[in-house]
Amino acid sequence: MTFLKINNLSVNYEMRRETVYAAKKVNINVEKGEILGLVGESGSGKSTVGNAIINLIDEPGKVSGGSIILDGTDIYENPENILKLRGKKIGLIFQDPQTSLNPILTIGEQLIETIQTHLKLSTEEAKNKAINLLKEVGIKDAETRFNNYPHQFSGGMRQRVVISLALCCEPELLIADEPTTALDVSIQSQILDLIKRLTKERNLAVILITHDMGVISETTSRVAVMKNGDLVEIGPTKEILTKPKEIYTKALVSSVPPTNKKIDRFKIIEKENKTQGETNIKILNRWTKKDIIDQDLVKVKNLCKTFDDNFFTESTKNSVMAVDDVSFNIKEGESFGLVGESGSGKSTIAKMIVNLYSPSAGDIDFDNVCITKIKSNKEMMKFRKQIQMIFQDPYSSLNGRLKVKDIVSEPIKLHNPSISSKDIDSYIYDLLESVELTQQSAERYPHEFSGGQRQRISIARALATQPRLLVCDEPTSALDVSIQAQILNLLKDLQEQLNLTILFISHDLPVVRQMCDRIAVLKNGKLCEISKTEELFKNPSHDYTKELLTLMPKIESIYN
Amino acid sequence: MVMLVVAFVSFSLFNFVGDPINNMVGEETSDEERAELRETLGLTDPIYVQFTRFVGNAAKGNFGISYQLKRPVSELISERLPATIELVLISALIALVSGTLLGVYTGINRKGFLSDIILAISLLGVSLPTFVIGILFIYLFAVILGILPSFGRGEVVSLGYWTTGFLTLSGLKAIILPSVTLSLFQMTYIIRLVRAEMMEILQTDYIKFARARGISEKSIHYKHALKNGLIPVITIAGINIGTLIAFSIITETVFQWPGMGFLFIQAVQFVDIPIMSAYLVFIAFVFVMINFIVDILYYFIDPRIRVKAEAVSG
Repeated sequence: MTFLKINNLSVNYEMRRETVYAAKKVNINVEKGEILGLVGESGSGKSTVGNAIINLIDEPGKVSGGSIILDGTDIYENPENILKLRGKKIGLIFQDPQTSLNPILTIGEQLIETIQTHLKLSTEEAKNKAINLLKEVGIKDAETRFNNYPHQFSGGMRQRVVISLALCCEPELLIADEPTTALDVSIQSQILDLIKRLTKERNLAVILITHDMGVISETTSRVAVMKNGDLVEIGPTKEILTKPKEIYTKALVSSVPPTNKKIDRFKIIEKENKTQGETNIKILNRWTKKDIIDQDLVKVKNLCKTFDDNFFTESTKNSVMAVDDVSFNIKEGESFGLVGESGSGKSTIAKMIVNLYSPSAGDIDFDNVCITKIKSNKEMMKFRKQIQMIFQDPYSSLNGRLKVKDIVSEPIKLHNPSISSKDIDSYIYDLLESVELTQQSAERYPHEFSGGQRQRISIARALATQPRLLVCDEPTSALDVSIQAQILNLLKDLQEQLNLTILFISHDLPVVRQMCDRIAVLKNGKLCEISKTEELFKNPSHDYTKELLTLMPKIESIYN
Repeated sequence: MVMLVVAFVSFSLFNFVGDPINNMVGEETSDEERAELRETLGLTDPIYVQFTRFVGNAAKGNFGISYQLKRPVSELISERLPATIELVLISALIALVSGTLLGVYTGINRKGFLSDIILAISLLGVSLPTFVIGILFIYLFAVILGILPSFGRGEVVSLGYWTTGFLTLSGLKAIILPSVTLSLFQMTYIIRLVRAEMMEILQTDYIKFARARGISEKSIHYKHALKNGLIPVITIAGINIGTLIAFSIITETVFQWPGMGFLFIQAVQFVDIPIMSAYLVFIAFVFVMINFIVDILYYFIDPRIRVKAEAVSG
């Protein structure tokens, strides 16, 4: 008998004007002891299916048809059923370990409460069980950590606590909703190994919801692909990834950046975008193009940055070395990658180069002028114009109360106060068309755009001052793979046409491989190695780089 | 720091709102006598010497002699203080307890009929001025129904320095109307705050995760959500207890409550500056103390602050 059977499940969100179908007649079966992957881009309904199983769909969504049968019990037949199953038979893990624990209760209190809700144990017995569980998920020193609050744990440790909470009453089905998306590669592989191990040891049925094809190919035995609420395809992982039957699956697989080779351009999911490329970069006419000189545009020399914890007394005890003696050069016209896990100092370096932070020690030269020593604002302006930045989060980096027109025109006016308003308009239109947005978008507000489109607006804003150096801090990590492919293609085109120099910061190794000519690897503020991209991937010299490369989830692993 | 600034303001009241000597003496006093009085009161000394003396005296609880009643201000205040403290305490209690309970209820049952009624009434509480509510209460309960007294404190029992109305029936009856009137405004404030906090917290991931673990709704609402929601409530409540004392001026006047606010109003009418400045210093002192207590409470409720404090000290 099938352990979990999802029959023709439909979920509707009834909005004021329309009804959104988040899931349409989805059929999925899951057996004990297997990990089923559920992939799709944002809005595909993959999380909705997960939430429907545990009957926790956010308002105003509701299940409008179909049934979910878990081990012979129909979850929606009687609303009482699910209350007995939650925690006891079904465990759920959320994406963000930072927010899924109650901040003012110790993890021990949270564990004991959960255990005592479902199992008839005394507080002492529950405590013992909880401590054993914490040990099982790999938390060292569990007895003392038991009394700690969530904020005293790191992200990876917190996710372990979350897993122990989900598993504490021995559920038979585990739903993991993007369990590793918020974590670093090395932590991610540990957590995935943990889930795999527990699946085997406890004979769990696991549904792993993710957008990461690499994770899918390394962890799951079967995979279901979803798009706009429809189940596109379901089958053994190897078959789906190597011989996809549906067009959508094919496109999705092909837009994942390959980890084993460098390609020129990403394949784009939407076929309509056929006139990609050269002709549409209108801004070229206005661009005062500088020829690439064979020189180092940026020279970073012995850069250091410390953050003092204590504002009043600069005690060295609490200070954090965010960047520790880092030196590198970026050649004009090249794409330079900066790779590292969270806390490695890569964003701090970027902020020092665009002069949002001032370094504690060391110098940054731009075009042979030391920009860290410039005191006057006026002098600095000349360089700010030439260095522009694209931020990670396209939602918070655009002012929601300004029209796109105003967002893009602000830097133009700032650096060229004498420009006429007619000129500005046509300038803006050219910029927007160069990033493949329509002229009409100028009159709209940022919230009317999707994440990918917003990131295009950010790029247009960055290009408005005609910079020579573009600093991209994780420009695609908040985006879906297919959108990511589009944005990366756009950046490549722009770089080629406009002779830009790009500093590309990312934790995503496959993406860096596709984008960059040379790569620097950072760990805890220290530089591990710099080498040419292909060399780095084929013969990494530093141990840490080797480790990162082996931990990176590889979609290709399925072919072997 | 705050206390010093307030002390300075109330000190300047003394010196710059009219000539204190003029306020003290009669019409027929001669200029020589005035000058002599000025000398004995130390009013010819430089400002900073006077100010230091004022602060020194204030620290000892000595605020001079009331112009109007010709008695030491400290004595007057200690006489009136128990009445105000009792009133404010009871009001704060009513506001906090019922405000939190109703707030939680309306936060959980967002669409219920009862919630709508509570919210509608709370809107009245915010929009009607305190004295209107007070007068309405007097009319309803004292005039029409005749079950509660309309003014005064009732019989009081003296316990050393303290006089209390809690120990007699008439005292207890007398405190109901003024305290409810006074608490109404704060209560509506707290209802709305708690409601907003509850609604926000019930949407968070950790509540969703708690539900997914099968934790009972009761525990989710009171243990997980309310405890988190109380953190901002404490901040506001702390500030508001200070406001309660300030509002008590109006309430005490309406109900002829023999507390400090009533004393203050009388003092204003007679330009009795020693009382006014003492009142100012006292209120500032209460505000500072309450903020201090709130900060300490934070430390106990929010573990995140506790760790930060340990990190700084360690």
